[in-house]
Amino acid sequence: MVDSPVSLVDVEEGIKVIPGADVIIAQLEKLQLDKLINWGRKSSLWPVTFGLACCAIEMMATGASHYDLDRFGIIFRASPRQADCMIVAGTVTKKMAPVVRKVYDQMPEPRYVIAMGSCACTGNVYRTYSVVQGCDTFLPVDVYIPGCPPRPEALMHGIIKLQELISKERMRWTPLK
Amino acid sequence: MDPLEIAVGLKERFADDVLHISNFRGQVGVYLKKPHLVEIARLLHDTPEYCLDYLKDLCGVDYMDIKMPRFEVVYHLYSMQHGHMLRLNVQVSEHSPDIDSVVDIWAGANWHERECYDMYGIVFNNHPDLRRILMPEDWEGHPQRKDYPTAGPEEEWRGFKEVERKAEEFKKYQWNRKKT
Repeated sequence: MVDSPVSLVDVEEGIKVIPGADVIIAQLEKLQLDKLINWGRKSSLWPVTFGLACCAIEMMATGASHYDLDRFGIIFRASPRQADCMIVAGTVTKKMAPVVRKVYDQMPEPRYVIAMGSCACTGNVYRTYSVVQGCDTFLPVDVYIPGCPPRPEALMHGIIKLQELISKERMRWTPLK
Repeated sequence: MDPLEIAVGLKERFADDVLHISNFRGQVGVYLKKPHLVEIARLLHDTPEYCLDYLKDLCGVDYMDIKMPRFEVVYHLYSMQHGHMLRLNVQVSEHSPDIDSVVDIWAGANWHERECYDMYGIVFNNHPDLRRILMPEDWEGHPQRKDYPTAGPEEEWRGFKEVERKAEEFKKYQWNRKKT
């Protein structure tokens, strides 16, 4: 191992990986299962594509080659059953709210929600009969990203914040008792 | 053909229905009463010199506290062949908010009339499928009316109340989120 030409990369304390080789090296005495699992979760966030308005365009731009979300391990999935993160990108109308909720309910745990843009956070200027005043009225939102719409950098910042949140989790593998 | 000529022709032929003609920067509008609307629309569509075969837009207007009668339905007509335009403003009163449908003449009016019904509550007689198009089907009230509260009625739409109830109920299935 010492003379090996491959370089080990430190992930967390006590966890190293060999890039490209699918090998995780963990020191048993230092290992905390939380760290390993959290590292896995935060490094492969698969969001379900859920564009509702103009924010979706910005989300697509973030996913495309110029900003390239793939380098965070983020791959957009078309099915909620394959996703663990939902980016609510845009104005949620009351007519759409049951659909958003249904998509969220189909996602497997552990799951996260990012409210992207002022509309998804608070309803923005649309204090009207048809617009939901913030998607946190019916979804447990983890990260709020302000902006109208937020720039791709802001979305990426929000995603990094979510990764920080995930890396601090403890024992998140049971339903709440 | 000059649209003003069409408007004048209409006024001669339907003297009782045409209230007045407006001409603002080349945009000609004919203000009508509603009884012979379908007949007039058919004439404008079928007469070869007029040939107003394309309905560009159909919308409602609420003139609450500004004009009587309260509502207007506006038809923007265009001739693909001749390139001229004509606007029809048809008056609809508040106590009988209904008007004849023009779907038989311009099939494209179908969804526009549904939208107008949804937003203003104007009923289109003989429409093949008069349902709400934008708002949920069990919504109460017509949001574009001037006396409709902008932030919505006090009583929340029951579809959204159901979502909120479900969100509360499903909290017990959520995974534990303890953080260090």
